[in-house]
Amino acid sequence: MSGYFDIPSDLQNTWAGLIGLHLREALLPVLAGLVLALPLAQLCVRFRWLYPPVLGVTTVLYAVPSLAFFVVLIDYTGQTELTVMIPLAVYSLVVLVPAIVDGVRSVPQETLAAATAMGFGPVRRYLQVQLPIAVPALVAGLRVATVSSISLVSVGALIGNQGALGNLLAAAQKYDRPELAVNSVVTTAVLAIACDAALVGLRLLLTPWMPRGTATRRPAVVK
Amino acid sequence: MESVTKRYPDGTVAVDQLSLDIPDGSITVLVGPSGCGKTTTLRMINRMVEPTEGTILLDGTDIQRRPVTTLRRSMGYVIQNAGLFQHRTIVDNIATVPRMLGWGKQKARARAAELMERVGLDTSLARRYPYQLSGGQQQRVGVARALAADPPVLLMDEPFSAVDPVVRKGLQDELLRIQAELGKTIVFVTHDIDEAIKLGTMVAVLRTGGRLAQFASPAELLSAPADAFVEDFLGADRGVRRLSFFPSAALELTTAPVVRADAGAERFAAADAPYLLVTDADGRPLGWGTPAGLAAGDTAPDRLLPYGRPFVPGTDSLRAALDCAVLSPTGWAVAVDPDGRVTGVASQTTIGEAIRAAHAAGPADRAGVAP
Repeated sequence: MSGYFDIPSDLQNTWAGLIGLHLREALLPVLAGLVLALPLAQLCVRFRWLYPPVLGVTTVLYAVPSLAFFVVLIDYTGQTELTVMIPLAVYSLVVLVPAIVDGVRSVPQETLAAATAMGFGPVRRYLQVQLPIAVPALVAGLRVATVSSISLVSVGALIGNQGALGNLLAAAQKYDRPELAVNSVVTTAVLAIACDAALVGLRLLLTPWMPRGTATRRPAVVK
Repeated sequence: MESVTKRYPDGTVAVDQLSLDIPDGSITVLVGPSGCGKTTTLRMINRMVEPTEGTILLDGTDIQRRPVTTLRRSMGYVIQNAGLFQHRTIVDNIATVPRMLGWGKQKARARAAELMERVGLDTSLARRYPYQLSGGQQQRVGVARALAADPPVLLMDEPFSAVDPVVRKGLQDELLRIQAELGKTIVFVTHDIDEAIKLGTMVAVLRTGGRLAQFASPAELLSAPADAFVEDFLGADRGVRRLSFFPSAALELTTAPVVRADAGAERFAAADAPYLLVTDADGRPLGWGTPAGLAAGDTAPDRLLPYGRPFVPGTDSLRAALDCAVLSPTGWAVAVDPDGRVTGVASQTTIGEAIRAAHAAGPADRAGVAP
């Protein structure tokens, strides 16, 4: 049993340390993606013509294999975490931008008209009406982005020791210790499930105003 | 409003040279078929739509001179389906404008609770969210929210068209009551001519293309439609509906066929009428019977003919009186006092004479009741 958690010394990390590293490499890009997606989505809502091209570009970027990104980025950012995190942030946009746009657009016309008629300016209206009502759709997008990001971090192992739990897969081959691969896969899956559950909890906390049992369905995007 | 026009860039004219003098402290209804520019007209008043030509004056000042948010916060706005903020509680929905105007949280919430009572909502709903309320309740919240900062002007855009007829009637009555209490200047948009006639002090009928067809009081509209379009829009039974504006107080009543159940067989047999209205000892109506039948002892309520729905002279209109007579199996309308005691009966002939007399005298003020 101890073999499962007996991490080879060349990884220079404990199991708990790998989990922390994995979460950081997976979640920071989603956060960065969110910060990028919010204004981008707002522009798409404001200027309708912008949405199709933005959607097209994010989809094309999503189609670029992470290995190709690494090849380009490695010249600038080297064999670092950043090289892994930049593609992940870019990938999250393909889920987050449409989620936020759909969420903001789902605000009923009469609610918007009522807000305008009550003297809400555009900024106040966005922050106090549109964004809060978009929260369920936004969280649904975050769930997909987070789970896919957690699973994708592992490819960082390809550029040498930047795959966090993914490095265990490489080590399993190198030292012929299959139990390390089992550790890697199970831990990653548990992390993904735990983060997903945390986001569901966050949504319930933020939206006491939603009828129970009608939560927005998660968009079906999987990589 | 002075010759206001709204023309869209593609050339569509939504409102064409519209001039209206909307009186203070009363309900002005804009009514017309879809595409007649009534909502556009309403939205020009709070500058959600800017007119292409013409000016809108509020208390003598051009509304363009006031900052748009200040203007809007001084006008309550009620919309179809209420347009509540689904992510805020009922009390916070109602307190929205006071909060924006800088009121303290406590004061705004106290005001919201006061308004909930005013529009007939139980204050126990304060902490609920909109999805937990029925359509009618949501609409009441919408009205309360519009009244929250005590604006002098209330704009209402088809506020009751998405609720069922029974709830709608309740909301209409409530609006008339609130209006009587608060004396707001209300501009009300509807496509329903009956609603317009019931609620309006003045009614502006608009035709497709945003042109004013007629601007008149409901009684005048019904008695003298300006043209074929207005007449057609009013519908086929405007003659009957117009009777709502004639009071029934002057109607000549007779007590000759009214008898008490315990009057005795001789009194019944001696009566000179085809039917007698039997009342209980308190004077409340029980039903109609023939003199012969009553003399034979058939005075039990289940042996009598139903008397239909009675009317109250003084509160009810001639329309209600006529309706009673038409519904009554004997053709006689039963008049009662506000406590339900019979004050007399009127035949269809008597009511017909009263209608002719009323027409000759011209339309009076609203009889003060629903048609």
